Amino acid sequence: MQFWIIQGLNSLSFGGLLFLLSSGFSLIFGLMRLANLTHGAFFMLGTYFGAIALRTYDGLNLWVTALGAGFAVAAIGGLFERLVLTRLRSNPLGQVLVTLGMAFIISDACLVLWGGDSIPVPTPQNLQAPTRVFGFVFPTYRLVLVGCAVASALALYFLLERTRLGAMIRAGVDDRQMARAVGIPVSNLFTVVFCLGAGIAGAGGVLGGPILSAYPGLDADMLPLALIVVILGGIGSLLGAFIGSFVIGLIYTFGTALFPELAYIILFLPMIVVLAFRPQGLFGRVGA
Amino acid sequence: MASDALSLANVHAFYGDSHILHGVSFSLQPGAVLALLGRNGAGKTTCISTIIGFLKPRDGDIRLFGEPIGGLSPERISRLGIGLVPQGRRIFPSLTVRENLTVARQRESTAANPWTVNRIYEMFPPLRERHAQFAGTLSGGEQQMLAIGRALMGNPRVLLLDEPSEGLAPLIVAEVGRAIRRLKQEGQSIVLVEQNIQLALDVADQAVILNTGRCVFAGSAAEVLNNEQLVEQNLGVFHAH
Repeated sequence: MQFWIIQGLNSLSFGGLLFLLSSGFSLIFGLMRLANLTHGAFFMLGTYFGAIALRTYDGLNLWVTALGAGFAVAAIGGLFERLVLTRLRSNPLGQVLVTLGMAFIISDACLVLWGGDSIPVPTPQNLQAPTRVFGFVFPTYRLVLVGCAVASALALYFLLERTRLGAMIRAGVDDRQMARAVGIPVSNLFTVVFCLGAGIAGAGGVLGGPILSAYPGLDADMLPLALIVVILGGIGSLLGAFIGSFVIGLIYTFGTALFPELAYIILFLPMIVVLAFRPQGLFGRVGA
Repeated sequence: MASDALSLANVHAFYGDSHILHGVSFSLQPGAVLALLGRNGAGKTTCISTIIGFLKPRDGDIRLFGEPIGGLSPERISRLGIGLVPQGRRIFPSLTVRENLTVARQRESTAANPWTVNRIYEMFPPLRERHAQFAGTLSGGEQQMLAIGRALMGNPRVLLLDEPSEGLAPLIVAEVGRAIRRLKQEGQSIVLVEQNIQLALDVADQAVILNTGRCVFAGSAAEVLNNEQLVEQNLGVFHAH
């Protein structure tokens, strides 16, 4: 019984982490039709920024650090989009190669700057005491992470579906040329979308830090997870990314606990099944 | 001339290698309605696309109240005050009716009596009933009203209407005609592209006829109505009376 409850909570918190990782990827893919393979590197960059900042400045708050790292990664992402990706519009193969190349560059830069040892990100002091759930002890921080994921999902939903800015972005997705003809600066808005997606990854990287730590190869570990979540949930669907994150969190946590030698099969098999039988994903629209 | 609302002078435009507009020139007076006529393929929509900036003119000059706009981006041209009701309506299907209007809101400070969502609803009451519905679920006539409303929300100095009666039932066509007349009364300068020549010449003051990318006539709408030969030659089967 303890095993199921603890692993259930573990899946939940891992799902929260996965949403912070993959929502930005889903956002960029869904709105800009851009498979941003730099996303894992943005996440890792966030984790490194957080780890270094917290190591350097004593008493720095994790949440403030996450916000700062989010803005920093958003700025880097924005520059990358403006200077490079806008030149590759309607060239998907070029976009894939360039974003992958950028991922390698960031990855190597981190290795050069911060070395090959993993750098821990400390859990905030006030969250270090465990919480009792149904009489079982569970790390408080992991539960807070789930709250972060839910909060960011709600914020993203509100921004995209309930504000004029969100409607302008969706208008640009519906009919880019016509949106421009009613005065919507579509290209600038898509840069905003890219910054937002990269920024969420950067902030998510810091928030995932206490669980994952910053280490070389973190980007390559995270990118496939983002891909799996988004393919399972449905490309460009925020709800899909949300549900997909928790489904994958569940499958991965229980899979590795019950059949550790089959971890990757358990992870990738659902993705292959979905691709074969429901290519639009669980919540994706046909043709989207 | 600076007194023209919109003027084209010797405009050449290409789709790839094909030369579509061969030196088109005409000008729209402020507060007037100009009917842009011609057979299918005469270059009417290309002309509209060039004015709004979808297509860059290879040569020639386009001015909005004396300000050159040729070759600017569509969003710049829109912000300078050209509103487009495109062929095929092209409303944003996954936005609600209200969102379709609000995303296009701009230039409020330039107009004496700026358009608001409510004023659009007063002009087209069916849109008010459907304000929360996705625009993709509207009927053709409602989509046309929405497309006109969306263009007006930008408070344009010149409104381009590309075939607003296309594919609509006669009753709806009449309603669109009434809307155009009302806008004209309010002093809106309009370029109206129409296959429905009766509708166009009914409301228009000026007329321009294109034939294979060239201006073959520019004058008053009444002249076109009274010149059967001109109509026969350039517009096909239409009989004025």
